[in-house]
Amino acid sequence: MITLSCEEVRREISNYLDDDISPRMRRLLETHLEQCRRCAVLLDSTHNVLVLLANEQRFELPTGFGRRVRQMLAEEFEKAKR
Amino acid sequence: MQNTPVTESENDRAIEAERELVAEILAGNDERYYELIAPIERRVYYTAYAILRTVADAEEVSQEAILKGFRGLRTFRGEARFSSWLLSIVANEARMRLRQRREVSLELLRSPDNEDEYTPIELAEWREIAVEALAQKELAAHLEEALEALPEIYREVLIVRDIDGLNIAETSAALEISVPAVKTRLLRARLMVRDYFVSRSWASHPGSGKAQS
Repeated sequence: MITLSCEEVRREISNYLDDDISPRMRRLLETHLEQCRRCAVLLDSTHNVLVLLANEQRFELPTGFGRRVRQMLAEEFEKAKR
Repeated sequence: MQNTPVTESENDRAIEAERELVAEILAGNDERYYELIAPIERRVYYTAYAILRTVADAEEVSQEAILKGFRGLRTFRGEARFSSWLLSIVANEARMRLRQRREVSLELLRSPDNEDEYTPIELAEWREIAVEALAQKELAAHLEEALEALPEIYREVLIVRDIDGLNIAETSAALEISVPAVKTRLLRARLMVRDYFVSRSWASHPGSGKAQS
């Protein structure tokens, strides 16, 4: 049976998380992950990073940003009406 | 692993709702453009900031992109999400601004060699990255620092793909780099941010010791 090396798994981790991987590669990868703790930890921790990044509330806006955007747009709408 | 919890039909409905909203705006109901912008304001700003690294430029570029989005709304086809479309505009504007800045400062583009050779820190034992232990504010600061530490070509891919949520093809178009380059850089960027937190979680748990490998 064909198996993947840790190196090959590492190269596919990102694609795996993106669900951008062939069914065959997925099977090979999952077989490897069941047997290799290190790669399983790597996958899990990388997945955590994606969860962190996906929460946009973590990123702060400068004070008054939304208000200034609205003001800028209001001026634009006025211009468009004229 | 399914990374996006949004189902296909939910996505279709959202696209449909957006299309109707865009039609209304184009019919003269300008004020409703706020409704398109409000949910993505943070991502707009952060995308510009991640590329430009200065608050003033980031805000200016954000405003320009939002304005450009309004003026060019007719060219939005409604095949993608509005957010993807506008965030591509932001990324583009920010990169153009950066290029102008470079022409002035004559700074060279950083292009690290061995783009795909990166060895992540190994953990021999099962261990969660201890992010849960961090307060929200602290976490935001760490995340900021981790992103700051990334070379630009990795940071921009990570922002557009993982924060803005554009898919691989959209990311490739927005940043004008090939799909394979997006994937290679994304892998590297994700591993580097991951390693930032891995090394941090060791630092914050001195009692547990470094894993043997």
